[in-house]
Amino acid sequence: MKQPDHIQVRKRKQRSQAFAFVSFGVISFAIVAILIVILSFILYNGFRVISWDFITKMPEDGMTKGGIYPAIIGTLYLVAGSMLFAFPIGVMSGIYINEYAKDGFLKRFIQMMTNNLAGVPSIVFGLFGMSLFVNKLKFGDSILAGSLTLGLLALPVVIRTTEEALKAIDNSFRIGSLALGASKWQTTRRVVMPMAFPNVVTGLILSIGRVSGETAPILFTVAAYFLPKLPHSIFDKVMALPYHLYVISTSGTNIEASRGMAYGTALVLIMLVLIANLLANALRRYLGKKVKMN
Amino acid sequence: MGKRLTKFTERVIESTLMVSGTFTSVIVLLIILFLFSEGAGLFNQTPMEKGYVVAVNTANPVSTLSPAEFKNVYDAKIKTWKSLGGTGDSIKVFRVDDIAGYYTEEQIGSNFEHLGACISELVAKTPNIIAFFPREYADKDFKGKVISLKKITIGSFISDREWFPTAQPVAQFGVLSLILGTLWVSLAAILFALPLGLATAIYLAEIADSRVRNILKPLIELLAGIPSVVYGFFGLIVIVPLIKNIFHLDVGETALAGSIVLGIMALPTIITVSEDALRNTPRAMKEASLALGATKWQTIYKVSIPYSASGITAGAILGIGRAIGETMAVLMCTGNSAIIPHSLLQPVRTIPATIAAELGEAAQGGLHYKALFALGCILFIITFVINLTVEFISSKRRGGSHQ
Repeated sequence: MKQPDHIQVRKRKQRSQAFAFVSFGVISFAIVAILIVILSFILYNGFRVISWDFITKMPEDGMTKGGIYPAIIGTLYLVAGSMLFAFPIGVMSGIYINEYAKDGFLKRFIQMMTNNLAGVPSIVFGLFGMSLFVNKLKFGDSILAGSLTLGLLALPVVIRTTEEALKAIDNSFRIGSLALGASKWQTTRRVVMPMAFPNVVTGLILSIGRVSGETAPILFTVAAYFLPKLPHSIFDKVMALPYHLYVISTSGTNIEASRGMAYGTALVLIMLVLIANLLANALRRYLGKKVKMN
Repeated sequence: MGKRLTKFTERVIESTLMVSGTFTSVIVLLIILFLFSEGAGLFNQTPMEKGYVVAVNTANPVSTLSPAEFKNVYDAKIKTWKSLGGTGDSIKVFRVDDIAGYYTEEQIGSNFEHLGACISELVAKTPNIIAFFPREYADKDFKGKVISLKKITIGSFISDREWFPTAQPVAQFGVLSLILGTLWVSLAAILFALPLGLATAIYLAEIADSRVRNILKPLIELLAGIPSVVYGFFGLIVIVPLIKNIFHLDVGETALAGSIVLGIMALPTIITVSEDALRNTPRAMKEASLALGATKWQTIYKVSIPYSASGITAGAILGIGRAIGETMAVLMCTGNSAIIPHSLLQPVRTIPATIAAELGEAAQGGLHYKALFALGCILFIITFVINLTVEFISSKRRGGSHQ
């Protein structure tokens, strides 16, 4: 018996819906599977190499043996330096945009420029850092020049997270504080900032994750190919994890022999990002609770 | 008194905040200033090795050559004067080292004291010669015609195909192959990432239930956090050999390898932005569609997708921008040969990879150094335009949703 038309149409619709939904689901899980493959590939090969010596010893034998201690220390210095620079300026900038700037040309312009800075390719930051900090200001290839370059790169991230964090706070808190006679700065400092703090810190930690993995900006501003000693001042060169990984996987003296070191370095880099992510989430939850209780 | 003081502090604080607020704008302007002032130094220069000249016979009507023509003459790709606008056929190429083929050691002199005279005589008596030699020999008595090399212009910089920044005697600064290489790799990456990313965004925004979404979303965000050098490393170790074996190539470092790695890297951007856009579809619109008897899938592609089209476009453009500017992964996976690619299975070289690979070796202030900054300018302009486009699209969207 032939089914009525509308039932056939409905069946066809349902078939195409089922087909679409299943294929989208498959694609989504495939993409996540790619991620898991990449992660587990590096985790598996990395954990076979990594040891206490690996993270506390100097590189040896043309970077085919030993550890990556100076690269870890170098990256820590660079992250600390860039955050010392980007965090205060970024947070103040975010406060200005969200709390002080009036809607109008200036605010729109600043937001546009911040977005543009966020979209500038990292190699262009490298070029800029080299011509301004290394050559013009004569810092040379140094921790100072590298940190400032990385700081500029992190700046839009810090500004944006601060802005988002402040935007999420209900306006009634500000109005209430102002109505009690507090000044604008008092309101910002005592009422708004403490509430926004968890999200601001989360943003800071996430930008640490990003900065620690950047290679292109440090290529010409600080990174040393091989330097088996620790820096003494901010005008010294350092080794850094991402550059170290690049060097030993492409142009080391013996690429095959340093493969293990490369896996280990990649693992340490990924762990930094993973830890930053986990820490950020945990902190957001913990601090979020505390703020609510108060 | 106290009140006035607070007011004063308030003003100071507000000004300080405002100064930090304008900091990013200042940095963008400084980037433009530094990049463009260094890059501009390339133009109106001749890429001839310092202290050398090119000379022809006085009867030869040719008086200028472009760097590309010069190189082709010396590489024997241009063989006749006719094709350069002169008369006469075969070009006779002469380098200063060739002098021994024309004159005996005695005639040149043991300390090369007669070398200048010899070159002069040779150029004077050979009508189809082109000679390249140190400037010191082209003195007052020189009987040939010194011709000039065309200067590098913005036009020649962009349209010349050859990028040999350290070639001697004449360096070649043509970025067409680099620009095309960058576009090839980025567009191929997006072609591969956009459908997959969009499908995932639709799945996450409309289909998946919240439990699945809460697992998938953070994982995808994590994908965005992995450093590009790690992606490059993964591409180098896994994808490059895979491509080499699948297509039976001599080298696996190809445009395709770079595109796949870039595509994986662009996925999180595309997914996040598109998903946000899809989620902004008003619930009332979707419910109206469902109430009219449309299936969920019909509602998605007839209501949600058209409504969020501008947001999805913004995501795709942003993804392209990321791909164009990406340095390390491309540097490690594409093979870096500066040729105009004819297929995805050839090695290519992109603009960022060129800067990263060559800046370390370029002498500060030299033409090569300036050319790399000019490349940086091109990159900056491309990404700047992309950012402004995204800004324009999303501001239009914001305006539209108020209606």
